[in-house]
Amino acid sequence: MDHQTFVNYKNYRYLKLILWMVLVAIGAYALHQPSFGAYGGTWLGYVLGSLSAAIVLLLLWFGIRKRQYNGIGQLKGWLSAHIYLGAALLVFATLHTGFQFGWNVHTLAYALLVLLVINGFYGVYAYLHFPRMITENLGDDSLQDLLNKIAELDRLARTHALQLPDDINAIVMKACQETKIGGNVLQQLTGRHPDCPTAAAVKVLREYGHDLKFGHPKLYRELYLIMLQKETLVARARRDVMLRSHLEVWLYLHVPLAVALLVALTAHVTAIFFYW
Amino acid sequence: MKRLSHPALKPEHYKIAIIGSGPSGLSAAAHAAELGISHILLEAEQQPAHTIRKFQKGKLVMAEPRALPLRSPMSFSMGSRESILAKWDEEIVKYGINLRLGAQVCTIKRMAQGFVLGLATGETIHAEYVVLAIGLQGNIRKLNVPGEDLPRVQYQLDDPDEYEDETIVVVGGGDTGVENALALRHKNHVILINRFSEFVHCKEANLAALNTALKQGEMECRLSTYVEKVESTPDKAYPLLLSVRTPEGTEHIPCHRVIARLGARPPRDLLESFGIQFPSEDPAAVPQLTARYESNVPGLYIVGALAGYPLIKQAMNQGYEVIEHILGRPVEPADEALLRQKFAKIPYINSVEQGLTLIRQRVPLLATLSSLQLRDFMLESDIVALNPGDVVFRRNDYSTSFYCIIEGVVDVYVKDENGPPNFHLYTGEFFGEMGLISGRRRSTTIKASSHCLLLESPRQTMLRLTQSMVSVRRMIDAVSLKRTVQLHIGLSLSAAELDYLVRNAKFRQYAAGEVIWHQGDKADGLYLVRSGSVAISRLIGGREVVLSYVSAGNYFGEMALITGTPRQRTARAAVNTEVVILEAERVAEMMERNPDLLRQLNARYLENVRHELSDEIVQTSADSGNLIAFLVQQGIGEATDVLLIDETICTRCDNCEKACAATHDGTSRLDRKTGPVFDQIRVPSSCRHCEHPHCMKDCPPDAIRRSVDGEVFINDTCIGCGNCVVNCPYDVIQLASVDSGRKPPSLWQWLLFGRGPEPGGRAGAPSQNATKIAVKCDMCKDLADGPACVRSCPTGAAIRVSPQEFLDYAVWRKSKVG
Ligand SMILES: Cc1cc2nc3c(=O)[nH]c(=O)nc-3n(C[C@H](O)[C@H](O)[C@H](O)COP(=O)(O)OP(=O)(O)OC[C@H]3O[C@@H](n4cnc5c(N)ncnc54)[C@H](O)[C@@H]3O)c2cc1C
Ligand code: HEM
Ligand code: SF4
Ligand code: SF4
Repeated sequence: MDHQTFVNYKNYRYLKLILWMVLVAIGAYALHQPSFGAYGGTWLGYVLGSLSAAIVLLLLWFGIRKRQYNGIGQLKGWLSAHIYLGAALLVFATLHTGFQFGWNVHTLAYALLVLLVINGFYGVYAYLHFPRMITENLGDDSLQDLLNKIAELDRLARTHALQLPDDINAIVMKACQETKIGGNVLQQLTGRHPDCPTAAAVKVLREYGHDLKFGHPKLYRELYLIMLQKETLVARARRDVMLRSHLEVWLYLHVPLAVALLVALTAHVTAIFFYW
Repeated sequence: MKRLSHPALKPEHYKIAIIGSGPSGLSAAAHAAELGISHILLEAEQQPAHTIRKFQKGKLVMAEPRALPLRSPMSFSMGSRESILAKWDEEIVKYGINLRLGAQVCTIKRMAQGFVLGLATGETIHAEYVVLAIGLQGNIRKLNVPGEDLPRVQYQLDDPDEYEDETIVVVGGGDTGVENALALRHKNHVILINRFSEFVHCKEANLAALNTALKQGEMECRLSTYVEKVESTPDKAYPLLLSVRTPEGTEHIPCHRVIARLGARPPRDLLESFGIQFPSEDPAAVPQLTARYESNVPGLYIVGALAGYPLIKQAMNQGYEVIEHILGRPVEPADEALLRQKFAKIPYINSVEQGLTLIRQRVPLLATLSSLQLRDFMLESDIVALNPGDVVFRRNDYSTSFYCIIEGVVDVYVKDENGPPNFHLYTGEFFGEMGLISGRRRSTTIKASSHCLLLESPRQTMLRLTQSMVSVRRMIDAVSLKRTVQLHIGLSLSAAELDYLVRNAKFRQYAAGEVIWHQGDKADGLYLVRSGSVAISRLIGGREVVLSYVSAGNYFGEMALITGTPRQRTARAAVNTEVVILEAERVAEMMERNPDLLRQLNARYLENVRHELSDEIVQTSADSGNLIAFLVQQGIGEATDVLLIDETICTRCDNCEKACAATHDGTSRLDRKTGPVFDQIRVPSSCRHCEHPHCMKDCPPDAIRRSVDGEVFINDTCIGCGNCVVNCPYDVIQLASVDSGRKPPSLWQWLLFGRGPEPGGRAGAPSQNATKIAVKCDMCKDLADGPACVRSCPTGAAIRVSPQEFLDYAVWRKSKVG
């Protein structure tokens, strides 16, 4: 059974295509000896420049095609072409510059392109890496299932804590009310919540547990167990949020970078034709 | 509605008593009233047309079949439930129908002269003729405790939004009860009461929703609890007091309302108590009637849904006709014109009667049908005229029609349709019967050999016929048995040899998961799979490892016959499966006599051994014991095409769902997040296009069809009755508003100006009175490039496979991951 993903689509059709194109481009660049040195304005420079611009437009078109739900071809085919042509841009655009860089809009466009390609590579890594970890972490549950289970444990914990001393009750209440799963962007990305009230509650309960001067040892042990269970569930839920953010975060950069590149590229082309 | 005559004083006498005021009963009563015949229309409920009144509020009631003219004094055309009922209420008064409400008929006794009807109230009514029109809904089960009929004790729920801030007790742990309780919980304090200790009669999805709601404290629930009585109280705050017996003792619950959803008693028992006979034990069987709708009890007529006519217009036409029949007047049935049109295809037939006679004479299979049955059969079938060389269907097509040859000869090609035909079929024979059984692709190609007239009947029509006519089923079974054997292994056998081989052959059914034989059992025969599929497995290192998967149209069990040893494998039905078993001795004898057969079985055996050796090691590690349990449990084996999502590369982007919604009127027919998971492969909630679609049974307008390529889809005659939603075990059909006026969101508007929703999102709320019809995956059969979900998955996580490919995929994935 041979299964096609965006990486090996049609037996690496687009990888093969760009390998040929890159070889030809490098060969041409090596053979080509323009009188003023290599730069974008030679005939080869124009060819490579137009090719790169065309590819950029094609890559941008992916954003459109992705939403044309009855468009031509398979989306995985388009993404396959997207990643390989995108990678090839690094070669075409670099050769196009002839290694002439400066502090100007032309180099800005180039820099954006490089950033975009690097960012895109991370995307491919993320797509191949995190989905499996997400399922491994969640098992048959969904995030909503975890949250429901946590809510149920919270309810149990509260009824238990009501019958225990006030200070314990207070910590448990705090853990129920103030435990955050998602949090701000940083917390989502790192999955770390240094002063998590649930972890704190578990810690306190463990310490208190040593001197059993409470009247309800059974209730106390049950509460401890509940909070422990909750702590692992919370950890799983946070891990889910973290994995998902790693899976998606790059795309929040990819699209703005792509738009920025489009703007810079337009400026670059306009500058060349009008202010020669 | 007012009561037009007073009972109690002396037993009442009518010429015709009509029981049930649904469309059929109303139509009959209106016609009787119009003719001035003494009649009474008895209705169990407090309002006429109770079934229609129970439809969802604002439901658009359809007037299918469109081609059938309406023949009734009562009017009916497509319109909202409310408008139709209002019109009928008017017409009841206009014709002076003698309607009695709250009159549930419990007994019917035949006397020397006419009948005596006994009502639940204890009254009796005498009538010369009885028309039974009580539909199929059965009688709603009431609480059966004191206070069951108090106001605010109700047995249905039209619109959950009608109630607010009330304490409502819902009684009943079935789907309806749970659904009602869930729908009410947002605005009310709801207590659900279930007689059982668990919700055993409840769909998975409802159960999950219920558990969540209970956990979140949104409603309460009492298990193992029985209702004892309901009393009304003077208390303004809580007008009802419900007493229940819980495991802990009696509890009194003050409340505003009690909604009991206890199901209905199917009408069959009641009918049998009236002396009406059914042709078979099959729950779908319909009482046998004459062409004049008379049952086996003379003078007792049956019309409407109860007589097997599931649509309103048919029911109304019959109501009219039955009165004419009782009066002994010849009446041309409403479908006469339609039938005449059908027979026009046969040049030498001038009347419907002549046509029906011809069919009976030519086709022995249909000879025993009553006129009524044959007429219905013809209405749903088509006469097709073919020229020599025309193809009826091709091998591997997914068509499921059944054909009878009225005239001419057809050629049957088993493998090569360009070579010489393998055999012929002549006038009076039938073909396509395998489609009735397995729901798989056609195994042969059939072409007309001469000019032919064929009678083409839809699968559903044939199934209904075989359910009610045992003789028809026997005839088809006998022929199909021989053909199965011939196709599987007997192409080289002579007719006499074939006869010998199939003698004593048995059909046998197995439930999903049932073991057909165990490793080590004595070999009793060769097994041909007629429908369903079978997993062959072996114990390796103490674990059951699946070696192969035998689908309908193939055989298994040859190994032990050839090697002469006991069974070396275990065979287990992967889904409900039917097999034909050929006696071991006869097969062995045939192998000796016929070298072709021996060669064929041997080749098959060697191939199997090779296949098993090549896959065995991988499969062992693939934990396929679990895989088979999974396939069986989830019913994947009965699928023909399953959507899978490989979660190891699914980026959860939801593009598959968006694509489905965008190409299907804004409603996604798949749910990526739910559905069972096996080894990181999810089977999302989405139609699997079952071999035997459960959804198809009980669709009144027969709107669920299977296309030539195998997609199960719902066409535009759907009336939104929701039967299929209940019948699909995989919960993949939903009732959704379709609103052709609604435009899909525009991509460019959204992209450039941020206007409107993103494509694939909801295209705004449907307009208020948009009709709800059943929607499900149609595999994008109308899109040129195939399913949008798969085509729109950016990574290739979403794929569509057959069950066999599922196995391969799981194994391949395992080998990749290691
Ligand atoms: C949800 C839903 C939607 C549907 N939508 C459509 C549609 O759009 N178009 C269409 O053509 N068909 C539709 N149908 C089918 C349609 O409802 C039936 O074909 C039709 O109601 C059959 O009419 P009937 O007269 O045979 O029986 P019913 O309409 O069922 O009437 C039977 C009557 O008999 C009464 N009764 C029962 N038992 C007794 C008794 N013992 N004594 C006295 N009275 C009794 C009942 O209370 C009832 O009023 C739908 C069905 C359902 C369930
Ligand atoms: C100049 C270069 C590029 C441009 C202009 C570009 C543009 C885009 C655009 C417009 C999208 C659609 C985003 C959306 O609508 O959700 C996209 C998606 C994507 N790009 Fe690029 N891209 C470029 C380079 C690359 C490269 C080099 C790679 C990888 C090596 C890459 C990988 C991806 C991936 C994986 C997606 C996500 C697909 C999805 O989940 O829908 N891109 N890109
Ligand atoms: S709707 Fe349900 S029963 Fe019908 S074919 Fe699909 S999965 Fe099978
Ligand atoms: S389209 Fe593919 S990647 Fe996106 S959610 Fe669906 S299966 Fe997963």
